[in-house]
Amino acid sequence: MSDEPMVLRLRVNGDPVTLAVDPFLRLSELLRERLGLFGTKVGCEAGDCGACTVLLDGAQVCACLVPAFQLGDREVTTIEGLTRDPLGRRLQQAFLACGAVQCGICTPGMIMAAYDLLRRIPHPSREQIETALGGVLCRCTGYLRILDAVLAAASGRIPELPPSGGVGVRIAKRDGLGKVTGQDRFGADAAPEDALWLRVVRSPHARARFELGDLAAFCRRHPGIRAVFTAKDVPGRNRFGIYPDVKDQPVLAEGEVRYRGEAVLLLVGDRDAVEAVRLADLPLTFMPSDAITSPAQALAGELPPVHADRPDNVLVRGTFRTGDAAHLLASAPLRASLELETSFVEHAYIEPEAGWARRLGERIEIGVTTQTPYMDRDEVAAILGLAPEQVRILPTCCGGGFGGKLDLSVQPFLALAAWLSNAPVRMVYDRIESMASTTKRHPAHIRVEAAVDASGRMCALRFSGTFDTGAYASWGPTVAGRVPLHASGPYRLAHIDAEALAVYTNNTPAGAFRGFGVPQTALAVEQLVDELALRLGRDPLAFRLDHALRRGDPTPFGQRLTSCGLVPCLEALAPAWRELRARSEAMNAEARTRGDARRRGVGLAAMWYGCGNTAMSNPSEIRVGLRRDGRFVLFNGVQDIGQGSNTVLVQILASALGVPEDWIESTAADTALTRDAGKTSASRQTYVSGRATELAGRDLRAKILRLANAGPDARIVAEPGRLVVEDRGLRHELWLERLAADADGIVLEGLGRFDPPARAVEDGCGAPYGAYAFGAQLAEVEVDLGLGTVRVLQVHAAHDVGRAINPQQVEGQIHGGIVQGIGLALMEEYVPGRSENLHDYLIPTVGDVPTIVVHLIEDPQPDGPFGAKGVGEPALIPTAPAILNAIHHATGVRPRKVPVLPHRLRAALLAHGEPP
Amino acid sequence: MVAGATDLYPLDAVRRASWDVRVGRELPLLDVSRLPELREIRLSPSGLRLGAAVTFSEIAEAGLPDWCRALVQAAREVGGRQIQNRATIGGNLCNASPAADSAPPLLAFEAEVELASVAGRRRLALSRFLLGNRKTALLPGELLVAIDIPHPGPGTRSLFSKLGARRHLVISIVSLAVVLRLEASGRIDRVRLAVGACAPTAVRLKSLEEELSGLDVGTAEARIAPARLVELAPIDDVRASATYRLEATAELLRRALRELAAVARCAGGSDR
Ligand code: FES
Ligand code: FES
Repeated sequence: MSDEPMVLRLRVNGDPVTLAVDPFLRLSELLRERLGLFGTKVGCEAGDCGACTVLLDGAQVCACLVPAFQLGDREVTTIEGLTRDPLGRRLQQAFLACGAVQCGICTPGMIMAAYDLLRRIPHPSREQIETALGGVLCRCTGYLRILDAVLAAASGRIPELPPSGGVGVRIAKRDGLGKVTGQDRFGADAAPEDALWLRVVRSPHARARFELGDLAAFCRRHPGIRAVFTAKDVPGRNRFGIYPDVKDQPVLAEGEVRYRGEAVLLLVGDRDAVEAVRLADLPLTFMPSDAITSPAQALAGELPPVHADRPDNVLVRGTFRTGDAAHLLASAPLRASLELETSFVEHAYIEPEAGWARRLGERIEIGVTTQTPYMDRDEVAAILGLAPEQVRILPTCCGGGFGGKLDLSVQPFLALAAWLSNAPVRMVYDRIESMASTTKRHPAHIRVEAAVDASGRMCALRFSGTFDTGAYASWGPTVAGRVPLHASGPYRLAHIDAEALAVYTNNTPAGAFRGFGVPQTALAVEQLVDELALRLGRDPLAFRLDHALRRGDPTPFGQRLTSCGLVPCLEALAPAWRELRARSEAMNAEARTRGDARRRGVGLAAMWYGCGNTAMSNPSEIRVGLRRDGRFVLFNGVQDIGQGSNTVLVQILASALGVPEDWIESTAADTALTRDAGKTSASRQTYVSGRATELAGRDLRAKILRLANAGPDARIVAEPGRLVVEDRGLRHELWLERLAADADGIVLEGLGRFDPPARAVEDGCGAPYGAYAFGAQLAEVEVDLGLGTVRVLQVHAAHDVGRAINPQQVEGQIHGGIVQGIGLALMEEYVPGRSENLHDYLIPTVGDVPTIVVHLIEDPQPDGPFGAKGVGEPALIPTAPAILNAIHHATGVRPRKVPVLPHRLRAALLAHGEPP
Repeated sequence: MVAGATDLYPLDAVRRASWDVRVGRELPLLDVSRLPELREIRLSPSGLRLGAAVTFSEIAEAGLPDWCRALVQAAREVGGRQIQNRATIGGNLCNASPAADSAPPLLAFEAEVELASVAGRRRLALSRFLLGNRKTALLPGELLVAIDIPHPGPGTRSLFSKLGARRHLVISIVSLAVVLRLEASGRIDRVRLAVGACAPTAVRLKSLEEELSGLDVGTAEARIAPARLVELAPIDDVRASATYRLEATAELLRRALRELAAVARCAGGSDR
């Protein structure tokens, strides 16, 4: 086999195909780039994720690992081919109906793997399904619904979901069809014809100065390279960052790099030429120096600071103080303390960052996978020196975000390259680049101490957390602001002294990740609460109930809670808690006598979480309209990253208007057409944008009723070309063609804007969030004392979501959150430079998922849409601490570092003295 | 040389990790995935012959006899099904990762490899073929044709076990294979032990094997301790510490021995 192009004949989905190809072209690329079959996704190009699963001569394979030279005369089946096949269609339906699809990036691969299985074994056991799907990763769903879907497809008993029903009904995911058929376009799936290829050259050093030589000469020597851009070429501000006052990250480094993977320059040109450039070919010299690798080192101050203008390396210090914690801690009859370290955690969405851009005169368009189109627009505008209106962000489908796509990644590079070279450009991060260059969950080092008074009540807490924010600020200030306010946990506590420090190092920047520091905080605090209960000889659930916040209570910062379902959450868990605790203790006693190394344990954790930005305005605006043909339109500026807003907002609108969902169309987010609905983060979209949608719907309904002169209880009925309003037996007809339509064909519009009321916390008092979500989970684990391994057997989760707009979507969020929590507790540890891929960085597979039982508690949020509040992040927060508490219950050991990898637990067990 | 090609591209990724580009492949490359001799699975009274291009799915589904269980178990643990359908046993050995799942069972079975080149054929014990991390005894122009596993004798049982931080798609912290035959009295007639991911290549634990033979299983179990695993030289890495690897190996060996002894006793020494 050589490098010479070859002529290849094969069959794809039954059709003969003949192509001239590079023999080393991967089948995944061949399908996508040469045949336009973008349903085959690419998540790693290394056989680690299974997103590219197709059938080769009827057997599932990773398309990314099949070279063209092995494809001669072979038969390839892709997701696009399944639509013609009854079994394929059954699987697609079952995935939709069972809620097995969230972001959808893993869906084609999952369906292909399941299809392969059902053709071999038409009625598989659950275990056989697990084995067959073991090679495909999903980061969103927690896998259980996927297993259900395969079982349903096998049995032919596929549940039927209604297409409409309003708030509270499990209607089918509205945007699911394109995901199960592979038709949806994600970041890497579309680009203008003839787009040039863009590559970022990055630093292999965590800290270095660098010099650039003669780039013009370099370009002359490399004819396929159209241009090389450096910091000097940035027309606007070569800085970005989340906060207006902390724009500290250069788009392209200026003579100095601060983390491994930092962007240094851009290469634009033919794909092959751009990819072929070696670091050594470039006139680029690095002069590395000693990097700061931990906050402790940063605070010790022995090395020069990461940023010259921050001599102490402290990005921000967030505090919350109320009462007199110091005094009580010194004088209380019982105290306990705990220290805990957490690691960098990678979002590991299966879709790496990707997109395209093109310049249209004095405007620029960017298609990109993102969680935050409007922030992207404003940042890109500043970088190019343009007004925001000159930048149009067209979000593609987003294959998972979890906070990681809240920061800029490819956007500024695409924008710069397209603007400066006046040509369309395209770029796709590979997995390593995605992992090494984008943000992570902040590693934390936490010390926490609490006291119990003479009556046995927890009375004071001191919390201090140091968070490694990496080389740049990103969302570090958010974490430092949010953590101290959440340090008390969801408990009545009057004396608190909490501090969170975000410290610069030369590590990968840490940013936003599902929970903004609260999961790390809860890991420490919830273990401490358990510890206090145990020392008092109290049952941990009863102890939590004694302290739980209730509706009407003030928070530690004096905000009255208008919705708080924590007590019902704990009560919902109580029966399982008692039963499983007793069972595990009995089993352990027996195991001890038998000399068995396995121990069971059951642990509990509770949580609270303020929905939306901390003490900052975060409005959403939604426009809805009635079109002349009688259809309603939701101009949806909310980016659905798999969480389900495309469905949930339509349900809210349907209920607000009093019409069924199938009369409503929604447009995709587009900064030129839709209003700013803010970012998909902080569990705010259901609550904030949902409320704006409800208001917009009510506004439009009121206008319709006014026009028909009808009372508030009237019914709206659509008929072709007109709208009929029925009111107390009377029919009012609205002839829509008589009304003037705007450019979008809208004859009547409704507007809604909601900005949850928020007041900063000063002197211990404030109202930083509009709504609080509450929840509690229990986890049952099995620990192998001999090996230090932990298996999570079941998780029971009770969450107060205010109102479950679509219970299936809510459960999906909870399942996904729990499985990410398992990863955080037991396996996920990102080490810069060492685990930049999906085989060294482990996320849970289908075989690592426990049984999950969900209890939805609904304590309505007065200003939430139909009472709803958020659940995206809350779902993840209690899982890891519940697991740690369960490990303690099983073994008596509290590991000091997460993830609790087998060797760490084993060492802790040995130090504790129990294991065989 | 290429067959299942599952390691053809991941090597690119390793190279790109330094932001550098794909280094040119060593060309020309010979695709051996369809050579009939390399595709055969042949069972005979003297043992099992596996063509080098036999895939792990084929091994898992060949209906191999009980004594081969360790090999079948290992075949089911190599990546996901997508990989098992493509990855070949010969590729797994030639790639010579210290954590290659197929190596411990084959070492414990005292497998031999057959190598061919224009100069002719030669045979080599697998233990002499695997030389180090990504290093084998394969000479330039030489091809791994087949792996021969001698029949270990009637009544022999085998077991593979693998430890990782998650269920599927995991590079082993430790993997091991045990091949065991008990005397009628319950004493160990023959035991062979091999461990992966604890040294530059998978290795046999010959000194421990010697120590255990002739003992009853209970006594043997008690003899297994980290200090006796003299052939191992594990390192600390992102997956586990070196100390842990030794301890976990000892623990898994004890369990494997116990489980195999139980199986052997149930089966009463019969064999296909
Ligand atoms: S893209 Fe092929 S396995 Fe991940
Ligand atoms: S739905 Fe599976 S990765 Fe998003």
